[in-house]
Amino acid sequence: MYKTPCSRLSGVVGVSLKQLIQNVPHCNQTARCLIQLHKRDPSRWLTYQHLNFLKRQYVTKNNSELHQRAAQKAAPCPTSVEERDDNGVERRVQRIPTLDPVLTDNVSSSENITSKAPPGISTSEPYDDAAVREDSALCVVGAPKETPHVHVETDEAREARLDRQWKQLKVDGAQLPDIYAQLAKIKLTALVVTSAAAGYAMAPVPFDPVIFVVASLGTCLASCSANSINQYFEVPFDSNMNRTKNRPLVRGQISPLHAVSFALACGVPGVALLTLAVNPLTGFLGGLNIFLYTCCYTPLKRHSIANTWVGALVGAIPPVMGWTAATGCLEPGALLMGGFLYCWQFPHFNALSWNLREDYSRGGYRMMSVTHPGMCKRVALRHSLGLIGLSTVAPALGVTTWTFPVISLPINLYISYLAFVFYRRGDRSSARKLFFCSLWHLPMLLLLALTCKKPRGGPEEAAAPALALQS
Amino acid sequence: MAATAAAGLLTRGAFGAFAHRAPRSLTALKTRQCSSELATERDEKTKRSPFRPAASTTHDWIGPPNPLSNIRPIVYHVPENESELERRLRHLRQETEDWNHNFWTKQNISFSQEKEEFIFSQLNRKGLTMRDEEGRRRSLNSEEMAVFYKRFLDTNRKRHGDYNREWYRRNFTITLLMARVALKQMWTTVTERYNRPNTSS
Repeated sequence: MYKTPCSRLSGVVGVSLKQLIQNVPHCNQTARCLIQLHKRDPSRWLTYQHLNFLKRQYVTKNNSELHQRAAQKAAPCPTSVEERDDNGVERRVQRIPTLDPVLTDNVSSSENITSKAPPGISTSEPYDDAAVREDSALCVVGAPKETPHVHVETDEAREARLDRQWKQLKVDGAQLPDIYAQLAKIKLTALVVTSAAAGYAMAPVPFDPVIFVVASLGTCLASCSANSINQYFEVPFDSNMNRTKNRPLVRGQISPLHAVSFALACGVPGVALLTLAVNPLTGFLGGLNIFLYTCCYTPLKRHSIANTWVGALVGAIPPVMGWTAATGCLEPGALLMGGFLYCWQFPHFNALSWNLREDYSRGGYRMMSVTHPGMCKRVALRHSLGLIGLSTVAPALGVTTWTFPVISLPINLYISYLAFVFYRRGDRSSARKLFFCSLWHLPMLLLLALTCKKPRGGPEEAAAPALALQS
Repeated sequence: MAATAAAGLLTRGAFGAFAHRAPRSLTALKTRQCSSELATERDEKTKRSPFRPAASTTHDWIGPPNPLSNIRPIVYHVPENESELERRLRHLRQETEDWNHNFWTKQNISFSQEKEEFIFSQLNRKGLTMRDEEGRRRSLNSEEMAVFYKRFLDTNRKRHGDYNREWYRRNFTITLLMARVALKQMWTTVTERYNRPNTSS
């Protein structure tokens, strides 16, 4: 669901994550492009470039029709070069056209499959460099010819290349940390922990670093467990969608039993930690969240559009958990923090899913963007406006000072404006703009709320500390 | 309808219609489909089939995603003293893999064919040809395609629902069997180690 860049994490955590990604020998396509980007401009690699890369990914998806057309032409080179870089829809589409009666040259199209499929697959395999260089060399040979490309590779060479792509199904100990990171969707987990930490920080109690660390750890473990079970359930669907086809279970790097064991090894200690070391309410919320995500949201994705609302609830619970970890009870302030996340989810997810409609439809996912496009846009707009309302309610509940609705108004108005444009136009570019806005909007909103946090103590002290915090 | 008829042709043995069009992918499909029949002969099989390595005795092999179904084929290893439980597990996994492959092949093929037909009919309605003056294919914008995506989901609703239920059932059973096999292996290792000092003394 989230494609939030880990550049959002500040400091050491972000840097170590980047190193983690860079150290993976056969990292997935996303990371490879990241590395290429970083090499280009290392001074800016933690911030703008990552967003830029995400834009690039969307731009190529936007041009999927173009690539489809290009596949009909004689030279396979441009498309196979682009396939190496992109994770877009065009690779999948190019595999299928063989059986398409509309295509003119069926024999060459069949060769399309075997010549195109390996570049598509091999980018995620360790031998991809050799295979892709081979393919581009073949393309160079094939390109000058006038006729639709003649397959130059001999049968033995092709067999050898395909054989290299077979791998033994055994667990490689050295890769296990990276596999676990992918299984647990570490970036999404980091975002969840950040929102829980924000909930903790906003609670009007003295800051206890020990409880803070324990609560964050417990939330992290619970999130890892939920994400692993989610991937365990969705193996065949993930293998058919471009965004998710490089996951460890899809690639067979670990067995399903291993994934379930990992989930149990994370989930049980995580919930136990929250229940025993923090408080039972937080532990209950953690367990509830795991249940909602794995047993409600994941199966619902294929049955009904209600999955989006359940997913928004799943995203809203971590800040509530953070607050209850601090105070020990469910207060209106906790629900307000949850409300921010809940409302934010809709413009974020609806905009993201707008441009993935084809993949969702082919994969059999029932999303609002596919089945009820009008509702999708309306809901995104409605909840963007809801963010403004919630920001105004915050000082009334005593969570923040009255400065907060004022200084958060610009960003809230901006996201509402983009949601309005998306509502009216409903095209790919407006969806993309709204999605990218939502990526920086949430951290900014939480940060502003933190700076405007209502100081504890009498109202006469309220003005001075608030000013001190903001300066 | 043409799409369902075409999809129906993709059952084992009935490849005639596609043979002349897609020889390579056909071979891939055929090899893929025949894998479960070969499963029982895996022990004696030393000759390499076109796209897969020989089954080793220690580990399974996993291959690249199939171009049609995007499911990765697995060549299962058969240990020397395979127990009944392990044999059941291996057969269930092979069968599930084939079943998954069939479903997704049908799904992907019918999706792309219906999509082509939809584009064709929409362009016809507008009075346009499939290719424009420069010979490039015309495509519809995302709003027009959304009609097709919604229709595809709605018409296949029951089929998807049945597949989901069956997939969850199979996934659970496989994992449960794997757990039983793993526990049994652990138990035999522990008892062997326990018995060995007694017999050697």
